[in-house]
Amino acid sequence: MSSPISGLGPLRIGETIEDGSFLSVLEYRGLAPTWKLDSPLNAALPEATTVLALTWADGVLMAGDRRATAGNAIAHSRMKKVYPADEFSAVAISGTAGMAVELIRLFQTELEHYEKIEGARLSLEGKANYLARMIRGNLALAFQGLVVIPLFCGFDEAAESGRLFSFDVVGGRYDELSYATTGSGGAEAKSFLKNEWRLDLSRTDALSLAVESLVAAAEEDAATGGPDIKRGIYPTIVTVTSDGVEEIDDGELASITSAVLERRP
Amino acid sequence: MTTPFYVPPEQLVKDRADFARKGIGRGRPIIAMQLDSGILLIGENSSPSLRKIGEVYDRIAFAGVGRFNEFETLRVAGVRYADLKGYSYARADVTGKGLANAYSQTLGQIFSHEIKPYEVDIIVTEVGTDRASDKLFRIQFDGTLRDADGLVVLGAGEESISEAVGQAVSDGTSLHEAVQIATRAIEAAEDREISISSWETGFLDRVRERRSFRRLTTQELTEARGE
Repeated sequence: MSSPISGLGPLRIGETIEDGSFLSVLEYRGLAPTWKLDSPLNAALPEATTVLALTWADGVLMAGDRRATAGNAIAHSRMKKVYPADEFSAVAISGTAGMAVELIRLFQTELEHYEKIEGARLSLEGKANYLARMIRGNLALAFQGLVVIPLFCGFDEAAESGRLFSFDVVGGRYDELSYATTGSGGAEAKSFLKNEWRLDLSRTDALSLAVESLVAAAEEDAATGGPDIKRGIYPTIVTVTSDGVEEIDDGELASITSAVLERRP
Repeated sequence: MTTPFYVPPEQLVKDRADFARKGIGRGRPIIAMQLDSGILLIGENSSPSLRKIGEVYDRIAFAGVGRFNEFETLRVAGVRYADLKGYSYARADVTGKGLANAYSQTLGQIFSHEIKPYEVDIIVTEVGTDRASDKLFRIQFDGTLRDADGLVVLGAGEESISEAVGQAVSDGTSLHEAVQIATRAIEAAEDREISISSWETGFLDRVRERRSFRRLTTQELTEARGE
């Protein structure tokens, strides 16, 4: 096995890298993250569970619970599944946690790399397509049980509106107009959203709805973690509007979560 | 077989350096200056799409004078170097010093080994948490790396601009004042007026989190120039 950093080396001039993407640079130098399995894995790996995205009056938001499970065990109780992708978009993941987190890091670097090299950000659709390509590249592993399914949302600077995208395991990319969910508690969260989501939700209503959908999912799905006020564990929420990405801080999440739990039947 | 003429190494180096300097000396000037609020990079550039100043990483910027395709090659290589390092290790491990050294090595290699040296001088600068931790490097076509003290000027009229800016700028100079000083100094050296849309800028904002690089808006430039 070669050293993991052997391809880093000094500055390199005149490399002919086909599409100029960061992933191609990694591949060219043999540094691209790869997971190879000769047979299906027997061990239970940490799985990231429920995430959701929905549109509201000023844009879109994404939320995720904090639990990762490995088989019947709770692997992590403070896992982060929702991340800003760049200044105007966010990405959330479900599935094999270790791979998912690495894919997000790669995706974030890719968007920043493109922006710096080209001097302009990728279009929102361009970002979604690129993410789909990354997921498609993972197909062989998905058939061996290592599945990663993201959600992607952002503010479309050209169309001046929030948009969200869901994906499937073969890299299919779907425009969603109202809301989308994925992960083990996704179905529960979705049926909750189906009843409660309305057009043009205010910021507060949208944040409450996101938290309550996750609470509803946690009540039905063992792999989804509910909020734990005593330990300060709240869902992760990121909003994207024309002002850019905002990560909701713990203080605000605490008060929203308390209010939601208070009024739950 | 013919025997090549003997050329003394002193002559070879001198010829190459003269050749490179001739190209760079014609380049439109660029100024990098240290301020309390961050580091300002500014120069004239009539093209809105071919950039001379660019973001490299969270707190690091690049500027080049000379042949566009050559410093663009260097800029792209620098962004790849920085992103690869940040992705492989951590964002905090990408430093201006490391990048400046890498450029210096590369330009040194090209100067002595390639058919033709690069006709470029470049600036690598990194904004720190305070003035003392700022870094301002100037790297020449032959790989000479110099650590500058608060101000670097590259390109045509280097000396006169450097002197004018150096006298006008002080510790408390604001961003607006700096823009004013820099643009007037370049106009004086070039002996002509330069329109607002022809200024290219980059600013490493000391207080901005994570990616600190931004460009000044036309409105900011207009206000700063008092027009």
